[in-house]
Amino acid sequence: MSAGRPNTGTADKDAIIKVRKLVNGFGDQLLHDHLDLDVYRGEVLGVVGGSGTGKSVLLRSIVGLNKIQSGTIEVFGRDTSELNDAEMRQIEMRWGVLFQEGALFSSQTIAENIQVPLREYLHMPQELMNEIASMKLSMVGLPEDAAAKHPSELSGGMKKRAGLARALALDPDIVFLDEPTAGLDPISANMFDVLVKDLQKSLNLTVFMVTHDLDTLRATTDRIAVLVDKKIKVGTIDELRRDPHPWIQQYFSGPRGRAAA
Amino acid sequence: MSTAYDATASHARARFRMERKPQSLRLVAEGEWTTRDIAALDEQLRAVDLGDVAQADIDGSALQRIDSAGTWLLVRTKREWESMGKRVGPIVLPHMYDSLLHTVEHEHTAPPVIIHNQHTLEAFVERVGKGTVHGVFQGAGILSYVGRVTLEILEAIVHPRGNLRVAALVHQVEETGINALPIVGLLAFLIGIVLAYQGADQLKRFGAEIFTINLLGVGLLREIAGLITAIIIAGRSGSAFTAQIGTMRVNEELDAMQTIGINTVDTLVLPRILGLVIALPFLTFYADIMGMIGGAVMCYFDLHITLPVFLRQLQDAISLNTFLVGIIKAPVFALIIALVGCYEGLQVERNAASVGRLTTRSVVESVFLVIVLDAAFSIIFSLIGI
Repeated sequence: MSAGRPNTGTADKDAIIKVRKLVNGFGDQLLHDHLDLDVYRGEVLGVVGGSGTGKSVLLRSIVGLNKIQSGTIEVFGRDTSELNDAEMRQIEMRWGVLFQEGALFSSQTIAENIQVPLREYLHMPQELMNEIASMKLSMVGLPEDAAAKHPSELSGGMKKRAGLARALALDPDIVFLDEPTAGLDPISANMFDVLVKDLQKSLNLTVFMVTHDLDTLRATTDRIAVLVDKKIKVGTIDELRRDPHPWIQQYFSGPRGRAAA
Repeated sequence: MSTAYDATASHARARFRMERKPQSLRLVAEGEWTTRDIAALDEQLRAVDLGDVAQADIDGSALQRIDSAGTWLLVRTKREWESMGKRVGPIVLPHMYDSLLHTVEHEHTAPPVIIHNQHTLEAFVERVGKGTVHGVFQGAGILSYVGRVTLEILEAIVHPRGNLRVAALVHQVEETGINALPIVGLLAFLIGIVLAYQGADQLKRFGAEIFTINLLGVGLLREIAGLITAIIIAGRSGSAFTAQIGTMRVNEELDAMQTIGINTVDTLVLPRILGLVIALPFLTFYADIMGMIGGAVMCYFDLHITLPVFLRQLQDAISLNTFLVGIIKAPVFALIIALVGCYEGLQVERNAASVGRLTTRSVVESVFLVIVLDAAFSIIFSLIGI
């Protein structure tokens, strides 16, 4: 995968998610002010921004968990606000979301968690579902005995991996990751980066990743979207380093930014 | 000589066919082998009859699309054939899926056993054993908890300096007492009406309807007002205690308090227990009055007994003891409700489901204990002749 071009909206690329003139806010406070963003098929897009700039809100808006104030969001070329329930389910089958803490269903084992999407959408023999669950577990690097455990018995890093396995259960086209490496030790975070990159290549995923981790950005992303001034600036890490905006300068050229270079 | 046949309906999106030659066999996969379409293939692939060929091949080069689940089916089939002693060549897929095939083949090795059978005798014995041990430990836990709370209370009485958090105590009295006034009052009022109506209905037959007031006075003051109030508070405040403390456990707030050196029993449990012990007798008294008003209203409309007559009859019917017998039970009920509520809250594990489970348990247990205690009180009072 070559690095993506910085300019959004070029016609020759296949935009799998298209956000146009998105406005979001709580009360008087505006979070997104006519924000535009394209996510191309097969790329890993990192979304960064200061605390409270609405990174997670952007993610939640795209997957339909957050009611937007105005603007349009197109996924797979369909405007999500115009879809009926059945059409929305068709789209929901084609994406997977990994929430910050994994959001595993605590009353079910890891294997059952992974099988939830399969059970919801498809009629499959139990044995095949067990096989698929255990295959996904090994894909995300969890040991076999994790299958029968409950989420409370897993560590934070393992929960994230299990959450990723559930997000991948239906072999989606897009995966949304909300701070996948937050709270992981550097070694686990590094392994998670490698895992995301590997899976992205072998499953040809499009990855939309909200993160603060500069190492993750450097290791996995093709392009980076920076939320500043209620809008978005997109580019590769090198292009963004040259951007004069003070926040971007501080972010990429601060001590941590230089260390990750 | 080569025979070819469709193993699956040709209109299916995911399909395969078998090509047989005398010495070898070829599985040709076609169409789109994706998660949503492969369920039907599962059984058919298992049912493929290999016969006595020595060599088998899997050819997916004609596939339009395949994902990890589809790849797994091919990999599984290959492994099954190999375990039957066949020679199976490498799986062929379009080049763009090379890394997918590699991931599935190399990262996943053995299919595990996931679900244990829960219905064997062995599993039953195991559950009984686990339950017994758990019960013993829980009993010990409750005992040590009651002991600890008793010590803390005694210490708070002996050294009352900073030990008791007055602000928290007042807050609890407001929360469990004053805020419960509307619901307790309304329900007591309604109970008074119901009791008066049913009593009047029966007593009218003997021309003894005036004794409805005796029934009301004794029934409400001795038993019903206290019991109803305790049950409402168990549902309202006992559950809140468990949920509040339990949520603090989930958020690691209890751990934080412990590391700072704050005694959790002292700060969380004592104000709740003492607050409820103070509030519940007053609530019971309030329920007594509201129940009486309900009864008086019903007597007026149903039996045309005016308020002065009602009060005169009431004075004859009850003594101070009747009232005291009812009110003396309230602090004991309060103690039980608060103890159970806080205890279950401290038992919460670090997950959300456990908060809900223990909250339910706390309400059921405290209502159960309140009624058992009420019966015990009745026996004691009848023995000492009150």
